Amino acid sequence: MKTIRIMIVAVGGQGNILMSRVLGEAAVAAGMDVRMSEFHGMAQRGGVVESMVLLGDGKGYCISDGHADVLLGFEPCETIRAVKKCGANTVVITNTATLPPFTVALGKDQYPDVSHVMTLLAGRVKKLIAFDASSLALTAGSSLVLNMVMLGALAQSGIVNLPTELLRRIIRDKTKKEFVNMNITAFESGMQQVAACL
Amino acid sequence: MHRLLDERVNEKMLMLGNEAIARGALEAGVAFAASYPGTPASEIALQFFQISRESDLYFEYSANEKVALEVAAGAAMCGLKTMVSMKHVGVNVASDALMTLAYTGITGALVLVAADDPFMFSSQNEQDSRYYARLGNLPMLEPSSVNEAKEMAKYAFELSEKLQLPVILRTTTRINHASGVVTLGHLPERKIKGSFTKNPFSYVCIPSVSRNLHPKLLDKIEKAADISNSSSWNRIEGNGRMGIVCNGVSYGYVIDALQEFGIADQFRVLRVGFSHPFPDELVCNFLAGCEKALVVEEGEPYMEEALRNCAQQSGLTLPIQGKAKELFSRLYEYDPADVKKVVASYFDIPHQPARSIEIEDLPAAPPRPPNLCPGCPHRATYVAVRAVLGDEAIYPTDIGCYTLGLLPPLSMGDFLIAMGAGLGTAGGFARATGRKVVAFIGDSTFFHSGLSPLASAVFNNHDFTLVILDNGTTAMTGHQPHPGANIRHLGLPLNHLSIEEAVSGLGVKKVITVNPFQHRKTIEAVKDVAAYSGVSVLIARAACPLYDRTIPDFKWKKSFYINHEKCRNHRDCVTRVACPAFYVGHLGLEIDADRCTGCALCSQVCPEKAISAIPNKEVSP
Repeated sequence: MKTIRIMIVAVGGQGNILMSRVLGEAAVAAGMDVRMSEFHGMAQRGGVVESMVLLGDGKGYCISDGHADVLLGFEPCETIRAVKKCGANTVVITNTATLPPFTVALGKDQYPDVSHVMTLLAGRVKKLIAFDASSLALTAGSSLVLNMVMLGALAQSGIVNLPTELLRRIIRDKTKKEFVNMNITAFESGMQQVAACL
Repeated sequence: MHRLLDERVNEKMLMLGNEAIARGALEAGVAFAASYPGTPASEIALQFFQISRESDLYFEYSANEKVALEVAAGAAMCGLKTMVSMKHVGVNVASDALMTLAYTGITGALVLVAADDPFMFSSQNEQDSRYYARLGNLPMLEPSSVNEAKEMAKYAFELSEKLQLPVILRTTTRINHASGVVTLGHLPERKIKGSFTKNPFSYVCIPSVSRNLHPKLLDKIEKAADISNSSSWNRIEGNGRMGIVCNGVSYGYVIDALQEFGIADQFRVLRVGFSHPFPDELVCNFLAGCEKALVVEEGEPYMEEALRNCAQQSGLTLPIQGKAKELFSRLYEYDPADVKKVVASYFDIPHQPARSIEIEDLPAAPPRPPNLCPGCPHRATYVAVRAVLGDEAIYPTDIGCYTLGLLPPLSMGDFLIAMGAGLGTAGGFARATGRKVVAFIGDSTFFHSGLSPLASAVFNNHDFTLVILDNGTTAMTGHQPHPGANIRHLGLPLNHLSIEEAVSGLGVKKVITVNPFQHRKTIEAVKDVAAYSGVSVLIARAACPLYDRTIPDFKWKKSFYINHEKCRNHRDCVTRVACPAFYVGHLGLEIDADRCTGCALCSQVCPEKAISAIPNKEVSP
């Protein structure tokens, strides 16, 4: 199977490591080879968290610039930071709700104009799917389920060849009992959002 | 049951590299493990810590890496199978014991995991630990994948037992923190009781004994060279005339590149997994079939030099390259695309690299540096010390979360090199300048390597202040316990040492303990210790807020808010305290109630008393 390279970026606490884990477990259950690497050095201290998921053939654990099949951004400024991973064939799926860095929050740094960047990006990548995933997470019950909204969006984009039923099963098996229902609702809402965009 | 104790042989499981290493050790029958935490190795110890609580595996967090190695060496001298895991710079700490443990050898098994960190994702340097194997004459294995990390960890025990030598399992961050599919093997029973046979003239390394032991070590390493030359960890793929020698994660990048070029048949690739002793004979045969060779290895030219050595011995004159300006760097970690580019240019392969989209005209993402958390007691201590001593004092610092005090506006940190070295260098700064010196050290780091330099400073009559930032845990690496941490809630039969008693026991006459969130008292205490001539110690004690909330019966405190009628916009709360719970809102500065821990530091710094607890409102997660 051709390698699918998924670059996932977020801010500490947004749950992308758990999301990668669910994706990886689903791939294993589907009999697919999967390689992932993660960087969360000081995530709990407000830093950037990156994970790379590679599905299918190959041996490497990371994604070079220009090589991502998907860039999944949990926060628009982090999507912009990682945009060099994109080539002309990359699908970008990004949350548009911002989580300004501390320096921006205090007015010392400028937060980029998100809609302007999205307009520029849209013409350069294969497809751009940008939506307010944080609101969908809140509607599903908690800001903590943003990661499952993003997983739903990825599943519906058609780039990862994993049955959505399998992903639901893994969410039920591998995420905390008290969050399962909320996680499933969030996952579905991410799927619906992307279904409406496509 | 812990997931690594799954007994289903041949089952596939997605694992972190560090989990795979622990599983490999369990499949080898590891009975005794010890560690001091350090990224990227920390999760290995975490598995053992958890498993030791539900099985007969013995595990301990030792005070430092040297002690971890020594306690394991003691057990290994009694025939037990042991593992110690540490980050690369931890090997520096352990190396004194390691170099001579190679002489005595061991009777059970001892596997030392040395986790290198190319690019320094979370380290102070990117030293290449492979040279420790050469320096100490120790066998070394290097995995290229997560599954192989499991298999090699298991094999390392077999090798250690066979040679009666410690074996180094050397990894890099991209293996430790990668995840992959691992095939489970059999979990044997552990032999947890050992016996010691006295043999002082082989084990007590006085010069006359060591003179006998050194040749024995060389015999062992010669035997190891035979094993390395025929080891399946050193394997040749392909039969072409273009040679590539690689190790670790670079192997994956090379294979993926050749696959993509579609000319794998023109190449022969030697993957070196058993890298010390270097498989000289195998390499000579390999090189004899090559027109030219390229060495792909992150870090120093360890294999490249060994390869040139082999070529010289066999009279081969083919070009061998690796580290060079136009080829590979000695810096940082490699990237698959860079490896592809160098392979293409060295072997003249037409190659059109994938291009990133145009990004020059996109606005830059503002930086998001890690920061001391809202409610971090280190911030409170730093604010107080800065209020008293400002930029007058020199601030040698140390390794832990508190290193982040370096960032403005706290700007507390003038020199940092190694664990314990803030305290060690303080006397030098003070003697050389005559200025006030305040060194910082964390509680875990104090027990790791603060005791000897403090004793030395008292003995030598130095003049500086040591601030021990005691947040009750090893916070930076994930809240591991240490000798000074109170972990009674875990119900483990461990002791809790008093930092005050340790400091007084080492002869410090001026010791004050404060809660740094009592700002005024802390300022008075800083003035007091700073005025003392000689070595003085301030212990700033308050729990790490991230750790605190994991402890049973933890209670959330009320969040704080800014009363805009009182606020005169002095902004001391942000210019002096810089807590990341603050943001600029419509009315001016605001506090994010979800992030505020209620530590009350800002309310004590505010000159207008405009910050107070939100009445009748409790924060929850």
